[in-house]
Amino acid sequence: MSNTRAAGAPPQRTIDIVNASLKRRYAKERRFRLIGLSAVVLGLLFVALLFADIIGKGYTAFQQTYIQMPITFDAAVIDPEGTRNPEILKAANYAALIRQAQREVFPEVSDRRATRALTSMISVGAPAHLRDMVMANPDLIGTTQEVWLLADDDIDMLVKGHIDRALPESERRVKDQTVGWVDRLESEGRIEKRFNTIFFTHGTSREPELAGIAGALMGTFYTLTLTLLFSFPIGVGAALYLEEFAPKNRWTDLIEVNINNLAAVPSVIFGLLGLAVFIAIFGVPRSTPLVAALVLSLMTLPIIIIASRAALKSVPPSIREAALGVGASPLQTQFHHVLPLAMPGMLTGAIIGMAHALGETAPLLMIGMIAFIVDIPSGFTSPATVLPVQIFLWADSPERAFVERTSAAIIVLLAFLILMNLTAVLLRRRFERRW
Amino acid sequence: MHSSTLLIVLLGLMAIAYHFGRKRAISTAGGVARISTLHSLPAYYGLYAALWAGIPALLLMGLWTGFQNEILVAIVKSELPPTLLDGMSSGQIGLVVNDIKNLASGAIVSGAVTPEMQAAADRYIQLNQIARWAMWLAVLALAVGGMAYAWAKTTPTMRARNRVETIFMVILVVFSSIAILTTLGIVLSVLFESLRFFQSISPLDFFFGTLWSPQTALRADQVGASGAFGAVPLFTGTLMVSAIAMLVAVPIGLMSAIYLSEYAPRRVRSLAKPTLEVLAGVPTVVYGFFAALTVAPVIRDLGMAMGLNVASESALAAGLVMGIMIIPFVSSLSEDVINAVPQAMRDGSYALGATQSETIWRVIIPAALPGIVGGILLAVSRAIGETMIVVMAAGLAANLTANPLDSVTTVTVQIVTLLTGDQEFDSPKTMAAFALGLTLFVVTLTLNMIALQIVRKYREQYE
Repeated sequence: MSNTRAAGAPPQRTIDIVNASLKRRYAKERRFRLIGLSAVVLGLLFVALLFADIIGKGYTAFQQTYIQMPITFDAAVIDPEGTRNPEILKAANYAALIRQAQREVFPEVSDRRATRALTSMISVGAPAHLRDMVMANPDLIGTTQEVWLLADDDIDMLVKGHIDRALPESERRVKDQTVGWVDRLESEGRIEKRFNTIFFTHGTSREPELAGIAGALMGTFYTLTLTLLFSFPIGVGAALYLEEFAPKNRWTDLIEVNINNLAAVPSVIFGLLGLAVFIAIFGVPRSTPLVAALVLSLMTLPIIIIASRAALKSVPPSIREAALGVGASPLQTQFHHVLPLAMPGMLTGAIIGMAHALGETAPLLMIGMIAFIVDIPSGFTSPATVLPVQIFLWADSPERAFVERTSAAIIVLLAFLILMNLTAVLLRRRFERRW
Repeated sequence: MHSSTLLIVLLGLMAIAYHFGRKRAISTAGGVARISTLHSLPAYYGLYAALWAGIPALLLMGLWTGFQNEILVAIVKSELPPTLLDGMSSGQIGLVVNDIKNLASGAIVSGAVTPEMQAAADRYIQLNQIARWAMWLAVLALAVGGMAYAWAKTTPTMRARNRVETIFMVILVVFSSIAILTTLGIVLSVLFESLRFFQSISPLDFFFGTLWSPQTALRADQVGASGAFGAVPLFTGTLMVSAIAMLVAVPIGLMSAIYLSEYAPRRVRSLAKPTLEVLAGVPTVVYGFFAALTVAPVIRDLGMAMGLNVASESALAAGLVMGIMIIPFVSSLSEDVINAVPQAMRDGSYALGATQSETIWRVIIPAALPGIVGGILLAVSRAIGETMIVVMAAGLAANLTANPLDSVTTVTVQIVTLLTGDQEFDSPKTMAAFALGLTLFVVTLTLNMIALQIVRKYREQYE
C-alpha cells in the first residue's frame, strides 16, 4: 500500500498529526477544566462572602450596652405628697433622677453643653424603665439603687468599636469628651454589654437602641398563617382536579398555561394587582396581614400547585385501581387513598411556598406594609409590617446602629428560612416512598 | 361582634349539622341495624347537611361584607342635607364622605366638624350597627334554614354521596380556576389604569420620550408643573442593569453547570450544587442590603482609587449583585438541559478521539444550545422584573446614560416609588406606575412564552 504514495514525500501519517497536537489539546482540556472549577469556586465564594458579610455586620446587635448609675429614687421628685397614687407615679419626672445620678458620678461637669452631652449618653427610653421599676415596686422610693440603664446608640457603637476613635473629632459622632467619660465608666466597671432582649420584645422605633423586630415577627406570623390557610387548600384542590379529574380540553389547557406563567410574573406586578383589586375594589384595609396574605397567596399558589401535582403523579396507579376495584367512588379513591400518600410531598411544597412568601418584599411595599408601625399587631386586620419590609425600612436609616440591627434582622430571617427548608428536606426524607 | 366570630359560629353550626344529619339518616333507616337500607354511608348525609348549612350562609356573608359599606355610604349620602353638597365635585363629595367615616371611627378629620356632619356620622355608626346585627341574623337564619332543608330531604333513598361529591367537584373546579382569575385580574387592573393614563399622556410620549420626571405640581404656576413621562431612560436603565447581571450570571452559571455535570466527582457535586442553590433562596431584600451597604462602597472606593467618578448608587453595584442572585437560576436550568443530552452523543464523540472539552464544545453545547438559550431568556426576564435590589442599590435619578458607573433607575424602581407614599389614586403619577407595570408584564410574559416554547421543543427532540 505504501508504494502508492508519491515517492520522495515524507510519510505523513494521521497518528503523527494527532500526536503533534495532543500536547496542545490536553493543555486546552486542563485550562477548560480549571475555568469550570473556578466558576464553581467563585459561586461558592459569593455564598460565603454574603453570609460572612451579613453575620459579621450583625452579630454584635445581639448584645446591647448598658450603663450603671446610682439612682436615688427621690421622694421629692417622684411623689412629693407621699400619696403613692399610680397616676402621680406615672407622670413623675424620671429623667431628673438620671440627671441627678449623672451629677453625682461626674461632679466636675457643670457647663450646660457638657451636661447635655452627658444626658445624651443614656437612651431616651431609660426614664420609662425607671418608671416601670417604681410602678412595680413603690417601696423603691426613698432608696438609692445601682441601676443598669440602656445606653444611647452612639455610646453602644463606640463601646462595640464601630466608631473609629482615630478619626478627627469633627468627623466623629461621639466627641472626645464623651469618649473620655465612656473610658472612665468602663474602667469603673459601670459599662456592660448584655444580651439584647429589647431586639426581640419591642416593635420598631426611631431610636436604634429601642428598636426591635417583635412587631415585624408578629406581622409575619399573622400574614403567613393566613397565606397558608388560603393557598394550601386551594392549591391542593386545584392540583387534585387538574391531575386526576380534568378532561383534556381548552379550558384546562388554559389553566395550565396560566399557572406556568403566573410562576414567572415579576412580584411587583402582584403588588399592582393587590392595590388595584383588593384595596381599591374590594376595600380590604391597607397595611394589614389580611391584604398581604391575599397577595402572597396568589403568588405562592403556582408553587403549591406544581409541587402537589408532582406528589400526586408519584402515587402509583395501582393504588387508584385497587380502590376503584373494591367499589370506591373516584372522589373516595382520591380522598381516602391517594391524598394521604401524596400529603408529605404536598406539605413539602407548601413549606417551600411559605419560605418564598416569607422572603417576599416588593409587592408588600405597594399595599402599605411600609407604614411606620410601632405597636405590635394584634390580629389579622390590625396595621402591621413584616420582617423583610422591616429590613428594607431599617436599611434606609442613616444611623450606624441601624446597619447592625438590619443585619441582625436579616440573620433572624435567614435562620427562619433555613429552618423551613430543613423541615422540608427532612419531611421529604422521612416520608419519601419508592414504589 | 367581629365577623371572624361569626365565621367560627358558622363552623360550629356546620359541625352540629353534620352530627344531626348523620343521626337523622340512621333514624330514617330504622336504627343502626338497618343501616344497609341507606343509599350512602351515614357520614355522607351528615356532610350533606353540613354543606347545606355552611355554603349558602358563607356566600351570603361574603356578599354582605363586600357590599355593606357601599350601601351604607349611599344611604348616608342621600340623607345629607342637599345644601351641604351643593356645587361640589364628586371628589369633594368623596372627601366629605371620608370625613364622616373618620368622624365615626374617631380618627382625625380634615376640616371643621359641622352639626350636619356629626349627625351623619352618628347615623353612619347607627346604620353600621344595624347592618352588623342584620348580617348575623340573616347568616345564622340561612344556616339553620339550610340545615332544616337537608333534614327534610334526608330519606334512605336520597343519593347523598353523589350529591356531596358533585358539590366537591364544583369546589375543585372553582379552585383550579383561580389561576385564570388571577391572570385576568392582573391584566384587567393594569390595563384599565394604563388606558386612563394614556388618555392624558400620549403613548408616543411615553414609549419614546427621553425625559422622566413624574413630579406633579402642587400649584398650577409651579415650574415643571406638567411632569414628564418619557420612559426611555427607565428602559435603558433596566436594560443596563440586566445586561450587567447577565454578564456575571451567564459565564459563571454556565461554566459551573458544565463543570458540575461533566467533570465534578459525585461528592463535590452533591455538596456544591445545594450550596450554590442557597443563593436562589436568599430573599431579594438581603441582596439589596448587600448591594447598597457592601458592594456599592467597595466599587466607589475602587473607582476613586483609579481616578474614576463613581456614583454612590451605581448601576454596576446593583447589576453585579443581581448577577450573583441569578447564577443558580442559570446553572440549574443549563444543567437540566446538559443532562438531557443523550449519553450516546458523548460516547460517539469520545470514540472519535475527542477530548472531554472538545466533546463539550463541539457536541454537547450545540445540542443543548436551544435549551440553554431558553434558560437564559428566563433569567433575563427575572432580571428585568427584579425589584428590591434595584430599589435599594440603584438610584432614583432617571439618567439616560451608557456609563455603568453612573446612577440609573429602572422600571420596577419607578413603580415602587410612584406607588409608595400617600397620594390620591387617580393622579397621573400613580397611573404611570400601572402603565409601567403593563409594559413590564407584557415584556416578561413574552420572554417567558418564547423561552418555554424553546425549552419544550428542545425536550421533545430528545424524548
